[in-house]
Amino acid sequence: MRRGAEISLALLGVAGVLAAAWAAPWLRFVLTIALAKGIAVLGILLLLRAGQVSFGHALYLSSGAYVVAFLAPSLPEALLLLPLAALIAGLIGLVAGLFLARYRDIFFGMLNLAISMVFYSLLEKLYELTRGTDGIRVEPPRVAGLALTLEAYVWAMLLVALVLAVGFGMLVRAYLASPMGQALAGIKTRETRLEFMGVSARRVLLAAYVLSALMGGVAGAIVGMTTRHVTPLLAYWTTSGELVFIAILGGAGGALGPFLGAVTYELVRVYAAAAFAEAWQAILGVVLLLVILFAPGGLWGMLLGLLGRRPGRAP
Amino acid sequence: MSEALLQARGLHLAFGGVKAADGIDLDVLRGEFLAIIGPNGAGKTTFLNMATGYLRPQAGTIAYEGESILGLAPRAIVRRGIGRSFQLPQLFTEHTVLENVALAVAAREGVWSPLRPLLRPAWREEATEVLARFGLATLAGARADALNEGARKLTDIAMAVALKPRLLLMDEPTSGVAAAEKMAIVETLARVLRETGVTAVFVEHDMDVVERFADRVAVWSQGRIAALGPPGTVLADPAVQREVIGIEGPGAAAAGLPGGIAAGHA
Repeated sequence: MRRGAEISLALLGVAGVLAAAWAAPWLRFVLTIALAKGIAVLGILLLLRAGQVSFGHALYLSSGAYVVAFLAPSLPEALLLLPLAALIAGLIGLVAGLFLARYRDIFFGMLNLAISMVFYSLLEKLYELTRGTDGIRVEPPRVAGLALTLEAYVWAMLLVALVLAVGFGMLVRAYLASPMGQALAGIKTRETRLEFMGVSARRVLLAAYVLSALMGGVAGAIVGMTTRHVTPLLAYWTTSGELVFIAILGGAGGALGPFLGAVTYELVRVYAAAAFAEAWQAILGVVLLLVILFAPGGLWGMLLGLLGRRPGRAP
Repeated sequence: MSEALLQARGLHLAFGGVKAADGIDLDVLRGEFLAIIGPNGAGKTTFLNMATGYLRPQAGTIAYEGESILGLAPRAIVRRGIGRSFQLPQLFTEHTVLENVALAVAAREGVWSPLRPLLRPAWREEATEVLARFGLATLAGARADALNEGARKLTDIAMAVALKPRLLLMDEPTSGVAAAEKMAIVETLARVLRETGVTAVFVEHDMDVVERFADRVAVWSQGRIAALGPPGTVLADPAVQREVIGIEGPGAAAAGLPGGIAAGHA
């Protein structure tokens, strides 16, 4: 369905990101963060397919970032830190998921929140290890063995984020069309039928949960290496809320939605914060309200609607 | 036709004061079509629920192919070859009819492939073929929640059949299906099951269907099997006619409630 159109849009998006980053240097940082958050939101989207909302995915974002913060001094190589962050976040997701996959709806959401807040407290209190709310500074690691100048490093991070965004976007797209993804959607509508077909709904949800945690870890590693300062705030519930916010803003209908949402979110935030320093959160709130009221499919749904209405295009 | 595929012995299950199963002994024979009839609340669905692991009996044993399946989860029982369709169709309402059946094919073949699509050529073809056998080919692309009751019922059964069970338990396969189509549907279903050698147990309220398709009939009453035998003999029994067939008449539904019957026999 619309495979060609989706690929064209993705390529258009990649070109757009590169053009914007080339034209406006300050956007490189913003876009890297947006792409990273988009990757984390892909995980939220997977869980939304099962009708489940996690209010605790900041746990995985921050795990990835702290893996970078802890290991960068002894292992200063971005291309090793990224898979390590993915692996560790994935393992935390597996352990937490074994417990969480038994729960649904509000219990699932709140237990995710609870676990992430425990992690937040640990990051804050274990000062000897984490330097508490001061956070940990990250020296720019090498990228593919090269020690880069700061400007080249910023570009490299953007390109890494872009490649990973495309890769995970394609992975999630394939996953959603696969029997595992379709069974995930079955959890939302008729979980008992899955059991009566011999399929463990828990394992279906667990698999998606681990993948979502892994992507959260990758996103966190990019955020850590880009901001180069990792604080417990990344694990705070507002960060989890932000990911859910972006998921709804972007729309859960396709793998491009999270990136559309994340880029919009970061840009609105930057501009709104600059223009209305006191009211930018209110502006974001109003944007979300309008999206929920008038475009339940999110920005992605709006875009599809616009493209679909264009004459000469097959429905 | 003499060997027992499913063996239930002394099944007991009470919900509060209501005995939904009060000493059920039943052998389901390999290859037969066994109809279960009886008033509402007699424990027919409870029996199916116990046989598929959804409910656990408080006493008694159930064996399938000579091995106990007591205490196994529905998932494990399905994997052993016992399929189930539902009185209220249990469909994935946001999926198309084709995807529903393809998911059942996937469930049988193994769902754990995250990169290949559900509607891969082989599975799409098999699901399409199953739908064609049930006369649902034209509805393949329709969303499951847009179907009428009859089509939903058939899709539900098609999903159970796509799992290729050796024993299929069907809870009122024809309820909600338009009277005009009923016989044609059961005809199709019976043919599909006979072709593939599937043993079937079905709860049924339509005595014409029972008479025509069942090899044996079990009459349920207050959690017990009141009569068991070929339809010709059982349905001619005056007591069965009074208790079961009479109660099936219009306006008599209230009399079928468990409390009503229990009071009548107290």
